[in-house]
Amino acid sequence: MTQPNRVQDAGRINRSRPLTFTFNGRTFQGYEGDTVASALLANGIDIVGRSFKYARPRGIVAAGAEEPNAVLQLGASEAAQIPNVRATQQELYNGLECASTNGWPTVEFDVMAYLGKIGGGMMPPGFYNKTFMSPQSLWPTYEKYIRKAAGLGRASKQKDPDTYDHLNQHCDVLVVGGGAAGLAAALAAGEAGARVILADEQAEFGGALLHSNDWINEKPASNWVAETVARLRTMDNVQLLPYSTVNGYHDHNFLTIHQRQTDHLGETAPQGLTRQRLHRVRAGWVVLATGAHERPLVYANNDVPGCMIASAVSTYIRRYGVVPGNRLVVATTNDYAYQTAIDWANTGRQVVAVVDSRPDPDGELVAAAEKAGIRVIKGSVVYDVQGSKRVKSVSVARLSTTELSLAGSETTLDCDTVATSGGWSPVVHLSCHTGSRPVWDDDVIGFVPGPANQKQLLAGGIQGHYSIAECLAEGFSAGAQAATNAGFDKPTDLTVPKVHEPSVGKAMPLFYVPHKQPMTRAPKQFVDYQNDVTAASIDVATREGFEAIEHVKRYTALGFGTDQGKLGNINGMAITAQAVNKTIPETGTTVFRPNYTPVTFGAIAGRNARELFVPERYTAMHQWHVDNGAKFEDVGEWKRPWYYPKAGESMQDSLNREVLAVRNGVGMLDASTLGKIDIQGKDAREFLGRIYTNAWAKLAVGKCRYGLMCGEDGMVFDDGVTSCLGENHFLMTTTTGGAAHVLEWLELYHQTEWPELEVFFTSVTDHWATMTIGGPDSRKLLAELCDDIDLDKDAFKFMDWRQGTVAGVPARVFRISFTGELSYEINVQANFGMHVWKKLMEHGAKYGITPYGTETMHILRAEKGFIIVGQDTDSTLHPYDLGMGWAVAQQKPFSFVGKRGMSREDPTKANRKQLVGLLTKDPQKVLPEGAQAVADPKQAIPMTMLGHVTSSYYSATLGRSIAMGTIRGGLDRMGETVYYPMLDGSVVEAEICSPVFYDPKGDRQNV
Amino acid sequence: MLCIFCPHCGEYREEEEFSARGQAHIKRPEDPEACSDEEWGNYMFFRKNPKGLHHELWVHSAGCGKFFNMTRDTVSYEIKETYKIGEQPSVVAAEK
Amino acid sequence: MSEAAETQSEIFAQMDQVPAAGSDVIAESPLSNFHWKTTGAEAGVTLSEQGLAGHLVLRSAGNSSFEAAVEKVLGMSLPGPLQSVSDDSGRVIRWTSPDEWLLTVSNSDAFSVEQQLRAEASGHYSIVNVSGGQTILMLSGDSAEMVLMKTCHYDTHESSFPVGKVVRTTFAKSGALIRRVGESEWELIIRRSFSDYLALWLQDAAGEYGLQII
Ligand SMILES: [Zn+2]
Repeated sequence: MTQPNRVQDAGRINRSRPLTFTFNGRTFQGYEGDTVASALLANGIDIVGRSFKYARPRGIVAAGAEEPNAVLQLGASEAAQIPNVRATQQELYNGLECASTNGWPTVEFDVMAYLGKIGGGMMPPGFYNKTFMSPQSLWPTYEKYIRKAAGLGRASKQKDPDTYDHLNQHCDVLVVGGGAAGLAAALAAGEAGARVILADEQAEFGGALLHSNDWINEKPASNWVAETVARLRTMDNVQLLPYSTVNGYHDHNFLTIHQRQTDHLGETAPQGLTRQRLHRVRAGWVVLATGAHERPLVYANNDVPGCMIASAVSTYIRRYGVVPGNRLVVATTNDYAYQTAIDWANTGRQVVAVVDSRPDPDGELVAAAEKAGIRVIKGSVVYDVQGSKRVKSVSVARLSTTELSLAGSETTLDCDTVATSGGWSPVVHLSCHTGSRPVWDDDVIGFVPGPANQKQLLAGGIQGHYSIAECLAEGFSAGAQAATNAGFDKPTDLTVPKVHEPSVGKAMPLFYVPHKQPMTRAPKQFVDYQNDVTAASIDVATREGFEAIEHVKRYTALGFGTDQGKLGNINGMAITAQAVNKTIPETGTTVFRPNYTPVTFGAIAGRNARELFVPERYTAMHQWHVDNGAKFEDVGEWKRPWYYPKAGESMQDSLNREVLAVRNGVGMLDASTLGKIDIQGKDAREFLGRIYTNAWAKLAVGKCRYGLMCGEDGMVFDDGVTSCLGENHFLMTTTTGGAAHVLEWLELYHQTEWPELEVFFTSVTDHWATMTIGGPDSRKLLAELCDDIDLDKDAFKFMDWRQGTVAGVPARVFRISFTGELSYEINVQANFGMHVWKKLMEHGAKYGITPYGTETMHILRAEKGFIIVGQDTDSTLHPYDLGMGWAVAQQKPFSFVGKRGMSREDPTKANRKQLVGLLTKDPQKVLPEGAQAVADPKQAIPMTMLGHVTSSYYSATLGRSIAMGTIRGGLDRMGETVYYPMLDGSVVEAEICSPVFYDPKGDRQNV
Repeated sequence: MLCIFCPHCGEYREEEEFSARGQAHIKRPEDPEACSDEEWGNYMFFRKNPKGLHHELWVHSAGCGKFFNMTRDTVSYEIKETYKIGEQPSVVAAEK
Repeated sequence: MSEAAETQSEIFAQMDQVPAAGSDVIAESPLSNFHWKTTGAEAGVTLSEQGLAGHLVLRSAGNSSFEAAVEKVLGMSLPGPLQSVSDDSGRVIRWTSPDEWLLTVSNSDAFSVEQQLRAEASGHYSIVNVSGGQTILMLSGDSAEMVLMKTCHYDTHESSFPVGKVVRTTFAKSGALIRRVGESEWELIIRRSFSDYLALWLQDAAGEYGLQII
């Protein structure tokens, strides 16, 4: 296999390691050290994709993160599919398979191109806003069409086999960018003793020095890189992160770094390694040494494959040994691109001419090019390109010296490659993330970072300083300064190395190259390749009144692609400024937001995926539930047994069996998840009185009491039983979901309002395993395992608690009931929970003990009309709305939390929604929870809604359905009928009743 | 992602450990029963939303569990100070 | 039992929560049902559960009587912010909040230590047995610190987290009380209900370095 554009002996590639890869199904060869882009260019591949709107053929333009066109779909297998991979950043590996993202049905023949050509103005600026705005219902259709046509890439349809993670890092100095400035900064900060992280997006540190022709300390620049990197590697306090893009600069010097650990190996990566890692770094000081991107010029047909950025051409030649064409025309506004012409000529291929917009360029590189016999056409521009799938020739004309127009002397130059340079744009993105607006610098001819908002220093290209000597000096200085600022100033022997590099003459500000035709009539002059934004479309936008740069951006989609306008933004602003007759600084700039380059969802999720996505909380008896076939319900993060189906049972069968077992024999529930708070202190009782709605002053040791907790608005937010363990000692229980909130609520009032109260709160939720045995046989069962508590009904009454021993384990037993049956809640230290549970099951067998889950618990409590906060309440109901005025002690001396709130005008007015019981006319019909009640089912829509069903079940105990729900004024409407219209048009009729459906006098729990 | 100095732990911790709990220095009225509905409504619901300096109540929920106050610039997110409950801020917005 | 203690027992419920010595009661530490996947010899990370210890939460806001009681009963002073103290028998007191410490003793000692403290102390304080609610995991090995960096946001560098320091912080999507006990050895105290989740997390985080359980 030949690589027609590979240059002999040049570049940093390893020619002894050839690699095979496929692109769009064709097999090619490259070398170790290649990127996909350099390998494609080596093989003479001109077209890598089709453009977004006009479907024009597109080739590789750049050599780094700023590449807009070569965005590929990567992956040999379905599971390995990765969309939107930049060919310029993807290292080649053996067996790599990639394909064009854009282009339907193929890149070579693209049906959309015809549409683009025919349509001409088919997709004007604002196309999406105008065309796809309405009807909204068609958006899914539009989106499908746009996606298919534009080819935004696709994610794998299979489970991602890779692993990702996060690493939380801290350092004194984070250096962003490993070019000349960044290496110098890292070295200086590291030598001063600071903890340093140096991150660079490439495989190798060194940036442009890796392929520089210049000399540092009398040796090739790449030697200095090698020495410096080697020195940094020996330093324990310096961490080098290659393949690592600093993507976000967030508050308080928090930065995110996306490290691609195995992407360069692709599917060939060894098993078990983390593919990508997101470093979350808190840095003392940050040195931004992010360099600059070369800016293309905007001229007609500047997107024809073969049009490239000048420095990228040099990079391909010197770093990868690839010369991406045969006959080159350079178009420039500055000295730097002359190096490209010299590099090209050195490969033995033809440089047709350098076209320089400046009338009198005088830098050392200009002289060197002329000396090498390269033709230089001064005061002129390349204003148009001929060719469609590859550049065939360019049109050159003189540029007027007085205005932005051509001044005749047109010529046509045959060539296949155009390398342009419109100067350099500092990479200010990260600085923008901190909220700092970049400022225009006339000398730099670009935006540089505005005043620092955070502990941030700058070095090198980001400031518009491009000479190696400046970059090194600024790097050393910023690194040392950052270390000093962070408190590290160990003296070092570092001196700024001597650099041999050509001096550079003054550049000319030129962004848009005028054409013979006016902008709107000229062939397309692209500003943003990825979004197909042309100079004319920006002009149209301004003429339609979108003059602010932020509006132009949104109207034209300038800078909206995955390249985030790295190449196009400045040119777009310059053209906008020109159109509205302002200077660039007057027009201002858009800012950049995170992320600098796209980040995979895998890296964002890290290891919080699959079974680690949400924590699962288990009780001490969890394994028993698993072993005994429980179905689980998620309650917050807890896994609670929902019901325990036996073979062949439906869910309802199980529930009926579990319910009847509790009513007729004995059942057991794992209630460990209830929140439990230990409260100690002489003011504990007073505190309870202030936070609960009812009275606590007289609760005796050994007694339990149910309480409601309200917010200051008077609405119920939690409930539970609190027991008096000692005169100054209480155990509060909360709802399972409310445990953390209630503890914080208590602390909030204690710490901020009543710090004088002597009381301490300590969570003991996880400490106690709680098992509830309920049913007429529960006393007999308990008696078998407990001989040190007098279980006589008069000695150990309902709402008492006793300390004793159950199954050999010290226990607190609470005679409380959420089912209305005789019931005991047994609390033991959780380490012994499983033992006691198993003993209860063992001894309960003769009574047919039946484990039951949350669903049966819900049915049993609903039969008794007991509320579940959060299900039957929704923070709009106060105790009186719930018919629980009995739990409010209005006469308490302290105005308890909620008292004033529930006496406001609205909570006391008539016709509020109130919680009632509901019995359907058809006893077998179970109302759906959430169903809305109306008084007149024949009323025209929208109907007047009276309330909704909050709880609804089939009660095996009663042999019929039961429900609870809110009804306006419901407590005064007992016996009235309400209607529940269903989705299918039917109507369920129900009668309002007391929510206590079973054993209204409470005899069963008092036996 | 803020970096917050907990005045109880005496060191900087990551924002993940904390929870914001709204405007600071909202005192529960001494005698709620004496409040008009409007006064009680103001206490419960009405909060400032300043552009610039704001005093906020935070809790070090995953750390020491203590509440404290913070003076924070809502534009730059710069934290000017953190101080314990019962203390007054030393950095305050200029009177308009 | 002294007269003061009798009064105390009416004011504060005290309870020996551990079954009598010699009983057939089986205790299960929080991770006793977790099945570890280990990778064998080349382990960069070692984990071991030190289950079934006695954990007592001590609360006191500048109560010198309680501070004196701690010194008398335990022979150690309540440590200052983010610090810990320990004795030769393995008892450790860790600062967790300006008015809160975690004391660990053997589970069989938890009750007697509580009784002794209550007998000595007066004024406002609290002692709460939380032995069933949490467990201790020892994390060690060359890559232990990497596992911590994957799991919590606190800076584990020795300049920020020296031996003896105690930090309660977020830990994956739960929390932990972390104490550095050696250059590459850490004590993690985690809640019982989250322990299976955290074990799964740690096992996964340690996977690339090799994990052994002792
Ligand atoms: Zn704190």
